[in-house]
Amino acid sequence: MMAPAVMLLLGWMLVPLIMTLYFSFKKYLPLRGGDLGWVGFDNYVRFVSSSSFWPSVSTTLIIVGGVLAITLILGTLLALLLDQPMWGQGMVRILVIAPFFVMPTVSALVWKNMFMDANYGLLSYLWEFFGAEPVQWMSQASLISIITIVSWQWLPFATLILLTAIQSLDHEQLEASEMDGATTLKRFWYIILPHLSRAITVVLLIQTIFLLSIFAEIFVTTAGAFGSKTLTYLIFQRVLESQNVGLGSAGGVYAIILANIVAIFLMRIVGQNLDK
Amino acid sequence: MGRIVLDKVTKKFGHVEVIQPLDLTIEEGEFVVFVGPSGCGKSTLLRLIAGLEDVTSGEIYIDESKATELPPAQRKLAMVFQSYALYPHMSVRKNIAFPLKMAKMSQVEIDRRVNAAADVLSLTDYLDRRPAQLSGGQRQRVAIGRAIVREPSAFLFDEPLSNLDAALRVGMRLEISELHARLKTTMIYVTHDQVEAMTMADKIVVLQGGVIEQVGSPLELYRNPCNRFVAGFIGSPKMNFIEGDEAANYGAHTIGIRPEHIVVSESNGDWTGVISVSEHLGSDTFFHVHGTGLAETITVRADGEVAFKHGDTIHLSPRVEMIHKFDAKGLRV
Repeated sequence: MMAPAVMLLLGWMLVPLIMTLYFSFKKYLPLRGGDLGWVGFDNYVRFVSSSSFWPSVSTTLIIVGGVLAITLILGTLLALLLDQPMWGQGMVRILVIAPFFVMPTVSALVWKNMFMDANYGLLSYLWEFFGAEPVQWMSQASLISIITIVSWQWLPFATLILLTAIQSLDHEQLEASEMDGATTLKRFWYIILPHLSRAITVVLLIQTIFLLSIFAEIFVTTAGAFGSKTLTYLIFQRVLESQNVGLGSAGGVYAIILANIVAIFLMRIVGQNLDK
Repeated sequence: MGRIVLDKVTKKFGHVEVIQPLDLTIEEGEFVVFVGPSGCGKSTLLRLIAGLEDVTSGEIYIDESKATELPPAQRKLAMVFQSYALYPHMSVRKNIAFPLKMAKMSQVEIDRRVNAAADVLSLTDYLDRRPAQLSGGQRQRVAIGRAIVREPSAFLFDEPLSNLDAALRVGMRLEISELHARLKTTMIYVTHDQVEAMTMADKIVVLQGGVIEQVGSPLELYRNPCNRFVAGFIGSPKMNFIEGDEAANYGAHTIGIRPEHIVVSESNGDWTGVISVSEHLGSDTFFHVHGTGLAETITVRADGEVAFKHGDTIHLSPRVEMIHKFDAKGLRV
């Protein structure tokens, strides 16, 4: 019964995986001689010993960590805010969710040209209005720029999940803690935050998986320059810019291993959380 | 400590006045039950006293000082909620200790009070469990424990037994009554169940449509209901109401007679009817009698050993001294 679906999935996943593994053990330079034979683990050694490797790992971690921190903190605050009864609540909620529907390439271009351009971007007008020197966002603060853009895209997702979690909180618990003498801040810390812990873990898991592979935002804005090269972007450069398929494939295998380590960790956290 | 006075308190939600100007005094150490059909404003009244809702006008005094503007935490009242409102991620110990921790009490004092409360409520073996691992009755006790550790001047209960099954409800009813006898603290208890009201209260407040219909001890309300609503609400099964000529014989618009104040007979009586349903409880039997020409159904309580059954003709005689008379407006004559 399930055979066709399983076959399709296996083909879908296994063929690229096997091809990646196959190329990672070859010296394969499409524009400089093509297939030059087996080289064993040479590509793996060269990929990690390259001077770009460790910086790309740290860049990846900074971007993923930065976006997670911003989306979770701002997402929680926004969710608390949107949970309050207010005029035009439905409209505001739709507006908050809107950035999630904008394609990564488009949102990166909008941010790059409309907000962060050093000459005619809105932010440079703002800086000039206060008499400050406009920031060359893409070159002087490349990581901050990319983190801002990606956070803007993922904030709606975090807000949405956290908002539904907040709405599921039993109102009597909050009233009980109010009677028990908990201040607003303590109510947040002892009642709301523990209630949100499961939703926060879910957001963390899903976002990490997607953030490890962000590409368009970097390609469109800095094209990997100014220290904004992530592991994903490094692999892309090895394969397409250096035309070294073998080296890139070895990097791809590293990325698979890295993603699986993260996934195992997160699955265990989620598993523990769901047991409660 | 624990005297609560409401002075012309009102509450409006938008344009709807759910509590009309209302005066009520709750004496120190009293067990007061607010009872009424759903939507009568009894829970709202409790929440006004707790401070979870703000009064629209009027004043609330707790222990002779004005508490109208005080936030809930400073009114020295403790509340037990319908859903128990336990904190699911904390152990029973932490749940009970939470109000003390918020009051920044020393750890030694917290431990002493939590252990004492656990002892009183036989929760000692469950202190390290989470609420999800407890039964309904145990959760209820944890909620009460969280209330008593604060040593409040009054306890507020918002339909605390409505989530329990019937057998457990009777048990918890006793436990709460015993607790009141031991602590002698003022308790205000909201329920829609007149049995709970009758069995637990020192004083019952019957509410309908945001208005107090009558205040009094359980037996006072049972014996001398001041109007038709209270007469019908207090007592189970409900009082029978008869209008028309039969009522006119007694010089009233409506007469009311409780099922337990009607004598049944095989052969003769004032009224005659046919039994449509007979409910045998063992100790008592309830007959629902049709075709008397007085009211659609007359409910009668008889001894458990009386041998009438469905379809039998039955003769009924009301005990004349137990007949309640009401005028056209439903007020007692």
